[in-house]
Amino acid sequence: MSLYQVQKLIYRLNRDPHTRQRYEDDFEALLEEYPMTAEESRAVREPDIGLLYVLGVNGQLLMHYAALRGYPWNDYLEAMREGVRRHGPVRAGLYAMVGGEADR
Amino acid sequence: MSLVFAGACSHAPGITGRADRVGRDRLARLHAAFERMRRAIEAAEPDALLVVGAEHFANFFMDNMPAYCIGMADGYEGPIEDPDWLAIPRAAIPGDADLSRRLIAEVLEEVDVSYAEEWKFDHGIMVPLHFLTPAYDLPVVPANINCQGPPLTPVHRAWAFGRALRRACDAVPERIAMIGTGGISHWPATPDSGKINEAWDRAFLDRFAANDRDALLSYSDTDTYREAGQGGFEIRTFIAVAGAAYGARGEIWHYDPIPDFAVGCTVAVMAT
Repeated sequence: MSLYQVQKLIYRLNRDPHTRQRYEDDFEALLEEYPMTAEESRAVREPDIGLLYVLGVNGQLLMHYAALRGYPWNDYLEAMREGVRRHGPVRAGLYAMVGGEADR
Repeated sequence: MSLVFAGACSHAPGITGRADRVGRDRLARLHAAFERMRRAIEAAEPDALLVVGAEHFANFFMDNMPAYCIGMADGYEGPIEDPDWLAIPRAAIPGDADLSRRLIAEVLEEVDVSYAEEWKFDHGIMVPLHFLTPAYDLPVVPANINCQGPPLTPVHRAWAFGRALRRACDAVPERIAMIGTGGISHWPATPDSGKINEAWDRAFLDRFAANDRDALLSYSDTDTYREAGQGGFEIRTFIAVAGAAYGARGEIWHYDPIPDFAVGCTVAVMAT
């Protein structure tokens, strides 16, 4: 359980151009600096946006990581819903499951 | 000299970034409300704009999370997000480090605020500035309340922070305009993005307009989370403004729940 490290990596990717350059040059080397479980690193690498949501990554971080990985807004929202369907309710962090009835 | 203007408004990134999803007339009404606020701030002839925001992991992270922070620089930049995503071009925004330093020193008499000499504005500040100081020609003093990474500061402390900001504004010779920016009920960046609890919002705005201290401070985070989502924690920014303007009443100039913007879009003012 290293949600903190997952979020820290995404925080730096969002904020720091140098980290983003390293992501583009050698993502694997960058990932090694953030100790994560196998499930977490797979979710970051693929990416599995839905699983990252279920693992508890804050949406204010995740929505920018999804955009960086090429997800348009509606696809990002759908990826989270799909994540909950596949992996079950959010496990940690700010969100318990909050329903999913809205469709925007 | 004093607080010459106090207000509150929404800052949802969809307001600019997904503007094309909302009908022209509805968007025009929101823009007109922001424009009314821009003119009111201009008419108050402020020397600086104090923005009490609720940022979203742009500058502050769980390695060292301040409950309250005030910027202390002669300039800032924003947006930190992809400018295309937010539809706001990247810009330099003037600050006033000397004014910040004096405000911070005064606030510290009552609230243990931290300070930051470096601050990249995210949508929480850039969206309001885009409408309220579109030429970025008014020095900004950014302030932040942690509304994202629990444990959060209690709402009664957000009120105390507002009171301390008022004390600070009254203690400096400059004329200060203040806005709080946050959402009321909303579930941003979650599968429930677009859900809005209009009845809860209207009840909150009634309390804000009445500047009813006890009613504003009666919200528990458990209730807020259930009724208004994790985004509802940002009511702290409204409560700080109410605290700063305590004794005066407010007026809701605009409220429109717009699911595509994932928030009840609000423009409100407090008499000062």
